[in-house]
Amino acid sequence: MKVLVAMSGGVDSSMAAALLVEQGHDVTGVHLKMAATPSGLPGKGCCTLDDARDARRVADRLGIAFAVWDFSAAFAERVVDDFVSEYEAGRTPNPCVRCNERVKYAALLDRARAVGFDALATGHHVRLRRDDDGTAHLWRAADADKDQTYVLYMADQRQLVATLWPVGEYRKSSLRAMAAERGLLTAAKPDSSDICFIPDGDLAGFLRPRLGQRAGSFVGPDGLTLGGHDGAYRFTVGQRRGLGLSGRSQPLYVTAINGRQVHVGGRERLRCKRLLARGVSWIAGHPPITGHQPIAEHPLLAGIGLTAQVRYRGRPLRCEADIVGDVAQVRFPDEQPESVATGQAVVFYSGRECLGGGTITKSWPVT
Amino acid sequence: MLPYLEAEHGNPSSSHRAGRAARAAVEQAREQVATALGVAPLDVVFTSGGTESDNAAIKGTAWAARTAGRGNHLVTTAIEHHAVLETVQWLADHQGFELTVVPVQPDGVVDADRLLDAVHDDTVLVSVMAANNEIGTVQPLEVIGPALAGRRVPLHTDAVQAFGRTHLDVAGWSLSALSLSAHKINGPKGVGVWVQARDVPAQSLLHGGGQERGIRSGTFNTAGIVGCGAAVELAAQTMDVEVPRLRWLRDRLLSGLLAVDGVGLNGHAERRLPHNANVAVDSCNGEALLFALDMAGVAASAGSACQSGAAAASHVLSAIDAPADKAHLRLTCGRTTTQADIDTAVEVFGDCVKRLRDAGGGYL
Repeated sequence: MKVLVAMSGGVDSSMAAALLVEQGHDVTGVHLKMAATPSGLPGKGCCTLDDARDARRVADRLGIAFAVWDFSAAFAERVVDDFVSEYEAGRTPNPCVRCNERVKYAALLDRARAVGFDALATGHHVRLRRDDDGTAHLWRAADADKDQTYVLYMADQRQLVATLWPVGEYRKSSLRAMAAERGLLTAAKPDSSDICFIPDGDLAGFLRPRLGQRAGSFVGPDGLTLGGHDGAYRFTVGQRRGLGLSGRSQPLYVTAINGRQVHVGGRERLRCKRLLARGVSWIAGHPPITGHQPIAEHPLLAGIGLTAQVRYRGRPLRCEADIVGDVAQVRFPDEQPESVATGQAVVFYSGRECLGGGTITKSWPVT
Repeated sequence: MLPYLEAEHGNPSSSHRAGRAARAAVEQAREQVATALGVAPLDVVFTSGGTESDNAAIKGTAWAARTAGRGNHLVTTAIEHHAVLETVQWLADHQGFELTVVPVQPDGVVDADRLLDAVHDDTVLVSVMAANNEIGTVQPLEVIGPALAGRRVPLHTDAVQAFGRTHLDVAGWSLSALSLSAHKINGPKGVGVWVQARDVPAQSLLHGGGQERGIRSGTFNTAGIVGCGAAVELAAQTMDVEVPRLRWLRDRLLSGLLAVDGVGLNGHAERRLPHNANVAVDSCNGEALLFALDMAGVAASAGSACQSGAAAASHVLSAIDAPADKAHLRLTCGRTTTQADIDTAVEVFGDCVKRLRDAGGGYL
C-alpha cells in the first residue's frame, strides 16, 4: 500500500514509519506545520524547526520520501480558535480531540487520499482490529499508560478503512529500544506533554492576551458570592490552589464554571453522579444500545458492561447510558468520577474496546 | 571539473607548477564567462553562488558610494529574489540606508517610468532582476539601463534566472554589476559569478588574501569555477537552438494547462522567459496539487521553501495580487525535457486537479 505517515519528529511516529517500511509498504513521511511561525527554539513543544529536522533525518535514515505540509491555517481556525472560545465560554476543551477530529482525520486524511495514498498512519498508541467483514474496531494500546483511544473516539468506519496505527501493538520502552536498534536519532527523545501550542505549559499566560480581563465572581454551594476573580479561564474544575479563598473552615474546590461564575464547594461536590454529552459518535457507526435498553440484554455489553472515561488519563468507570440520537445521558452507579469538566470528552469502552464518545455539556454532582 | 577534484590539487594563488596549472584553469573559466557576457575578464569575480553575488554587489556598491559621499538611497522592485530584497532591507534596517521598493504591475513587469521616478540625487544603486525566478517576467532593462546611465546611477541586475534563456546586453544596458549562479544553467552548485564593472567601486564583504581584485578574498574553488565556466560557455553557445526549443515546449505546456477549467496565467504572456509557465488554479490547494503531481512524476514548485520545509507564501505572487485562495504552480522546461514529458505533464495535471476538486478544495 501507498502509506503516508504523519511524522512529528518524536519516537512514536518515527517507529510507525520504520515498522511500515519493514512491513513492505510504500511509505512517505509528512511533517505537519501546525504553528504559523515555528518557534525555532530547541527542544520545546511541537512544530519547532528541531522537530521538523528530526522527522526529516529519520525519513532520510529510512530512505523514504518526505514533505512538510502547512496546516497552520486549519489548525489555527479549527483547533486554537476553538480552544480559546471554549475557555471563553467556561468550558475545558481538549485540543488533541479537536485536532484529530478536524485536522488530522479530516483535512490531512482527505488530502492524503486525494493525492493518491491508500492509507494514513500516525504514531498514536491505539490498536486497530478488523473483522472478517472489514468492520474496524478501536482497541486500547498494548501500553496502557500510553493509550490514546480517548483522543480518537470520534473515528468512524470511513476514516478507519484508510488508517494504520502500527505502534499501538508495542510498549513504549520496546519502541525506544527498537528505534535505537535502527539508529533513529529520536530513540531517546523525551515524550511530548502538555498542549503543543503552549510549549511552556502556561495556560493562563496563553489565554490572558487573547481573552483579557473578564472579572467574575466565586459562588459558594449556597449561592452566595464569596469573592471576585479576573477571569474564569484561569480555573479548571477540581482546582483547589490559587483561588485566593483561604481562611475557610473546609478547603474549597472549583466544582463548576458557568460563564463568568466560578462555583466552589467542598470536595464531596466534585463527585459526578450523572452527565450529559452531545455530539456523541460511535466507531461502529451506531450505538451499542439505544433509549433505555438495559445493558444486561445487549449482546456485546452483557457480562462485560459499559464503562466511561471522562479525562485523558482517567480511569474507566462502570456506567449506564441512555442514548438518543447524538445525545447521551450517563450515570455512574458504583464509583463516581471526580472533577468532571464540561468541554472534555466522555469516552465509552467495553473492556479494552473503545466504542465512541462525545463532548460533556453538563454534569450533576452527587450531593 | 573532475581533474581538479581527483588529481590537480594546486592552489591557483600559489606560484609553483601545480598552482600555475590551477590558476590557468580559473583564468580560462573567467574568459569563458567574460566572452559569454561581453565583458572584460577583469570584471568577472567568482563567488559561492547567486546569493553571495547579490550581497557583494549591493552591499559593496552601497558602502563604497556612501563612503565617497555620493548618497545613501537604494531602489529595487517588489519581486526581486530574497537574496536582493533581504540584503537591501538589512542595509535599511541596520545601516541607515534609505530604501524604495517599487511595486510591479499586475502582469509582473515593473513600470520603468515609475522606477525611474523613484531615483533621486541621493540614489547610489538600483537593483532590478533581468527576469523573475517564479513568474518568469522579463524586466525592461533596455529602458531602465540607458536612462540610469544618463543620470550616472549604477544598475545591478540579478540575472540568475535569465542567463542562457534570454539575451543580456551588459553594455547596452550599462550594467554596473550582475549576478549569476552556475547551478541554474546545469553547472555545479556552490559557485557563481559577480560581474562588477571596475569603474564602479565596491567594498569587500570578505577580507583576507586579496584575491579577485581585492574585492573577494578566499581560496579559489577551482573545480567549481571550472565547471561554472564550462556551463556558462555551453549555455551561451546553445542559446540560439535551446531558446526556441524551450519556447515551443513551454507554449505546448501552457496551452495544455490553460485548457483546464479555472486555470489562468500568472505574469506577462510575452515578456517572460521561454521555459517558464506559472499558472493559478481555482478551487485547489497548492500544496496538495504539488504533492499529487510529484507522486505522479511531475516536479513543479510553488513559492519558495521556508525553514521548516513547508512552502512559504510567495512575495512575488503577493506583489502581483495573485489570489491567495488559488493554487499557484510553476512548471519549467529544461535541457532534458521532451515533448512526451510535456504531454504527460498536461495529462497528469488535468487528472490531479480534477481529483482534488472532486475531494473538495479548501484546506485539502
